[in-house]
Amino acid sequence: MILLQHVSKRYPGTQEVLGQVNLHLGRSEMAFLTGPSGAGKSTLLKLIAAIERPSRGQIVIDGQNITHLPRRRIPYLRRKIGIIFQDHHLLYDRTVFDNVTLPLVIAGFGHREIRRRARAALDKVGLLKKEQAMPITLSGGEQQRVGIARAVINRPPILLADEPTGNLDPELSAEIMGLFEDFNRVGVTVLIASHDIDLITRLHRPIYRLASGLLLAPSQIAPRQGAALAR
Amino acid sequence: MRRRTQRPGVGDRINAYLREHVRILAFSLGRLARAPMASLMTTAVIGIALALPAGLYVLLNNLQAVTGDWDGTVRISLFLKPGSPVEALRTLAKRVRARDDVAQVQIITAQQGLEEFKRSSGFDTALESLEENPLPHVLVVSPSASGRDSARVETLARALRQLPEVDLAQLDMEWLQRLYALLEIARRVVMGIALMLALAVLLIVGNTIRLDIQNRRAEIEVTKLIGATNGFIRRPFLYGGVWYGLLGGILAWLMVSGALTLIETPVERLAGLYHSQYRLLGLGASDSLTLFLLATLLGLAGSWVAVGRHLRAIEPR
Repeated sequence: MILLQHVSKRYPGTQEVLGQVNLHLGRSEMAFLTGPSGAGKSTLLKLIAAIERPSRGQIVIDGQNITHLPRRRIPYLRRKIGIIFQDHHLLYDRTVFDNVTLPLVIAGFGHREIRRRARAALDKVGLLKKEQAMPITLSGGEQQRVGIARAVINRPPILLADEPTGNLDPELSAEIMGLFEDFNRVGVTVLIASHDIDLITRLHRPIYRLASGLLLAPSQIAPRQGAALAR
Repeated sequence: MRRRTQRPGVGDRINAYLREHVRILAFSLGRLARAPMASLMTTAVIGIALALPAGLYVLLNNLQAVTGDWDGTVRISLFLKPGSPVEALRTLAKRVRARDDVAQVQIITAQQGLEEFKRSSGFDTALESLEENPLPHVLVVSPSASGRDSARVETLARALRQLPEVDLAQLDMEWLQRLYALLEIARRVVMGIALMLALAVLLIVGNTIRLDIQNRRAEIEVTKLIGATNGFIRRPFLYGGVWYGLLGGILAWLMVSGALTLIETPVERLAGLYHSQYRLLGLGASDSLTLFLLATLLGLAGSWVAVGRHLRAIEPR
C-alpha cells in the first residue's frame, strides 16, 4: 500500500533530510515512525502525501507510482489518504460539522450521504453532540478528534498521522491511539509518526526509527528499550 | 477485508457539480456578508466607478435624443428664377416630391412669401410701396435622409441646384454638423473614461480578492491537503468577484437612477420653457441589464486575474 524505494530528500542548499529510505507497508498494516525531532519523520509523511517530492527514488501508493505525479492529479491521491496533524489544521470559521464533512464536499457527495457519514464519523470519535460547535470552543483532545473524523470520513485506504498525540495527556493519547487501532482493524493502512515511545511500544506494532535521515529496520521494541531509544 | 473509497456515479457527479456551484454562490455571498463593512466599502468603490460612465452614458443618450429632434429641421430652400410662373412652381414641386430622397415639399409662392414677410418684419407700409413683388417662389424641401447623413443631404442639394428652374438652392446644416462633431467627441471621451474606470474596477476587485486569498492562506492549504482541486479552491474567490461586480453594478444603477430622479423636475421645467415635450431618458431595461452584466463580468475578470496569479503559489508545506 505504501512503498518507498531508495528515497532521498534534500532541500535546496541543505544536507539530505532523508537518505536512501526503503519502507514497505502492506494493506491493512499499522506501523509507527519514531526518532528525534528533525530526523525527517514529517518529511517522510509529506512525501507519501505528495506534499513534498523526493529528490531521488520511487514512491508507490496503492499501486500507483506517484514519484512524478502531475500537479493536477495530486488532489485525487490525497483523497485516498487521510492525514492527521499535530496542530489539527481545522478551519476555525466553520462548525465541527462543516470541518468534518469538507472532504465529502470536495469529492462532490450528495447532501444526504454527507449527513449520514458525518454522523457516523462524529459518533466514532465521540463528538456527535458537538457537531454544531465551533472548533475553538473545543478542548485540544476534542479538536484532534475532529481532525481524525475529517481524515476518515472519506473512508480512505491510508491514514497518516504526524504526532497526533503531541499535545495530549497520556490518557487522551491512549484513547486516540485506540481510535487508530480501530480503523486499522477494519482494513485501513495506518502510519503514525510519534516520539511518544512509551505509548507506541505498548501497542506491539512495527516501529521504524529515523535517525539523521536513515530509516532503521522495524522492530518490536520492548518497553524497557523504548526509554533508551527515545533519548 | 478491504475498504474501498466509494465514488459517486456520473449522473450524481453532474448533479453534484451544479449543486456545488449553487452552494458556492451562496457561500461566497455569505463570506461577503460576514465582513459587511469591508464588503460594503469595496462595493461602494466599484459602484461609484461604474456610476460615472453609466451616468455619462445616460447624459449622452439624452443629448443625442434632443439633437435627434432637430434632425427634421434640415431643409433645402429652392429659390426659383425670378419671374417664373406659379404653374412652373407647381410642376416642379410635383417632380421634386416624386424623388426618393425627398420626404416632403412645401410650396411658398412669391405672394405668400411677401405676406409672411410683411407680417413678421413689420415693414408692411414700406413693402406696400413696392411696385412689384421682389421675392421669388420658394420650394422648401425636406430630405428623407436624416441630418446626420450629411453626404446624402448634400448630394440631394447638389442635384436640386442643377434643375433649370432653380436659381439658388440653399442648405444650412453647418451648425448641425458642428453639433454632431461635438457629440462624437463627447461620445469618445465617455468611452475613454468608461474604459479607464472599467480597468479600475478590474484592479479593485483583483486587489480585494488577492487580499482575501492571502487572509485565507491557511484555509487554502488545509483544503489542498485534504484533496481539493485547484478548481474547488478557485470557485469561491471567482464567485466573490462576481458578487462584488454585480453588487457594484446594482449600486451604480441606484446612484444613476437617483441622480436622474433629482434632475427630472428641472429638466421638465426647462423643456417646458422651450415648448418641448421632452422627457428625460433613464437607464432602460436593456441598458440596465447590460450594466449588470458588464459589472459582473468585470468582477469575474478581476478575480480571475488575482486567483490565477496568487492561488497557484499557495501549496501546503
